[in-house]
Amino acid sequence: MTAVSQSPLARAPRGAAPRAGKPRRGLLLWVAEHAALVALGVLTVAPIVFVVLTSLMSSNQALTASVIPKPFDVSNYARVFNELPLAQWFGNSALYAVLATAFMLLSSVPAAYALAQIRFRGANLVFTVIIVAMLLPPQVTAVPVYVMWSHLHLTGTLWPLILPNLLGDAFSIFLLRQFFMTIPKEYGDAARMDGCTEWGVLLRVVVPMARPGIASAAIFMFFHSWNDYYGPLLYASENQAAWPVAYGLATFRGQHGTDWSMTMAMTVVVMVPVVVIFFFAQKAFVEGIALTGVKG
Amino acid sequence: MTDVTTPETGSREARPTRASRPPAPTGSRPTTPGTPPRRRRSAESQRRLVALTMLAPALLGLVVFFAYPLVASVFYSFTRYNQLQEPEFVGLLNYRFLFTQDPQVVPAVVNTLWFVVVLVPVRIVCGLLVAGLLSRARTATGFWRTLFYLPALVPPVASVVAFVFLFNPGTGPVNQLLRLVGIEGPLWFNDPAWSKPSLVILGVWVMGDIMIIFLASLLDVPRDLYEAASLDGATGVQQVRHITLPTIAPVIGFAAVTGVIAALQYFTEAAVASGVASGKATIGGGTAAGLGYPGTSLLTYTELLYQHGFANFQFGYASAMAVVLFVITAIVLVLTMRRISVFRPEES
Repeated sequence: MTAVSQSPLARAPRGAAPRAGKPRRGLLLWVAEHAALVALGVLTVAPIVFVVLTSLMSSNQALTASVIPKPFDVSNYARVFNELPLAQWFGNSALYAVLATAFMLLSSVPAAYALAQIRFRGANLVFTVIIVAMLLPPQVTAVPVYVMWSHLHLTGTLWPLILPNLLGDAFSIFLLRQFFMTIPKEYGDAARMDGCTEWGVLLRVVVPMARPGIASAAIFMFFHSWNDYYGPLLYASENQAAWPVAYGLATFRGQHGTDWSMTMAMTVVVMVPVVVIFFFAQKAFVEGIALTGVKG
Repeated sequence: MTDVTTPETGSREARPTRASRPPAPTGSRPTTPGTPPRRRRSAESQRRLVALTMLAPALLGLVVFFAYPLVASVFYSFTRYNQLQEPEFVGLLNYRFLFTQDPQVVPAVVNTLWFVVVLVPVRIVCGLLVAGLLSRARTATGFWRTLFYLPALVPPVASVVAFVFLFNPGTGPVNQLLRLVGIEGPLWFNDPAWSKPSLVILGVWVMGDIMIIFLASLLDVPRDLYEAASLDGATGVQQVRHITLPTIAPVIGFAAVTGVIAALQYFTEAAVASGVASGKATIGGGTAAGLGYPGTSLLTYTELLYQHGFANFQFGYASAMAVVLFVITAIVLVLTMRRISVFRPEES
């Protein structure tokens, strides 16, 4: 209530202040805007609420018009873990996401540092090539890369998706470079003057200052790997033991017909880790997204 | 910051002797008058060496996973090639089949262009509207931002499965609600006429990624521009048209270009929707049954490429499709990239 009466006043200088007698219009606008926010917010949350509610219904109730589970039935969650190799798929997803992220950091942090903080001829060319590599659809290079991995007998595993991160990931390098560019070069220059090597500047000056940026690149990579469908489809689809959870979910309904409540339980299980990580690292993540498109 | 200044500051004195290599003075003053040119070049080449060392893994990666496969794709596209036998040169046969004979190419291209033309603008407009609303909110801003961003976080496979359930014709909540108000809803993901619009609804639901970018740039628009304009008597609409839109135009351009490139390779949502909605077929493991369901309404160009390359193992033909996709994407990039400031190296 207090918010309703305060807010138009707080906003007065921007819109209606110069002309007297307009605060009522400001109030109406404020109400309309917040009504729209609430309505859109309900629409945004509704799908998730329906999914969670359905996951708590019996399979038969899920086929009815009722909205509230009666009784609350958590057995769907037990069933997806019992009837599917879900623990194994979770392990695969975790291994893929953690190793891909760690390897990406090892290879891409120094690369991004070199592009952002070291002045050398050729930097712009390398940066442009990385942008092009980042923007080109992966399908363009899929066939020869697949042939390469099949010669190494690594198809049927997730390694073709993990190992390349040791050789840099274009999007991560781009994102990290954007963060490193925001650190004034003078800091590095001061350290170099004091006898610091480039590696020293990277590890002792830039990395500590860019910790939020590095965290955000890591989260992006983690989510990208966790959510990946196309990669596992290409390389691991023939071997069910190597599937990550996201891929397992996509094939789930083929095997379990119209059991929607169980399908929704599985959907929730795939969503939860990502949402939990997001709430722990929200700030860095949102900053990272904004920086991909805004700065510069 | 303390650790920056702790190492012996005395080394600054020792610099002119140039006997010890390491503490090369760096580019903040490469043009300092009086610095011997010889010394400057060695410092520069040394810096370059360090930079290239740091970039070495990434450069190797660009060769192995980008440059080589690009060249190899072009080579394979002129061959007949599957896993069992070595590539056999067939000239332009793959391209001729692609452009004149393959009956699936037309629906695949039409569907893909449909997503480029409809999905991208709809997402941008909706993202802008929500970002505009959020930029004006003064209370609980963090709550609203998180709320509207949340769907973008849901793994795409999970959001597609959820939407196919929500919109399933018989028992799905959406049609149940429509029935309450007396409307018999369409078959959504099971109707060729509605499957693509259904995916657009999904695309709008997960628009948080571009919405956040728009919001950040909206909040970056200098406040005093609006104040000056409203003192001059500009209306709200005029302010949006003459201040807001021109200021955030580069960001909209960024969203448009990346959106078009993403739509050209639209795959996961369409493939999973087809698989889940058809209810029986799955793709992967050497099969692509169900791709495009219902009918060929969701068959996209990259799905067709997948079907030829990785379900039928027609590597030569799939490579020809990849080369065409590369050419189209490259044209989009060449036309637009220089306008996108974040993609320009000299920008910070």
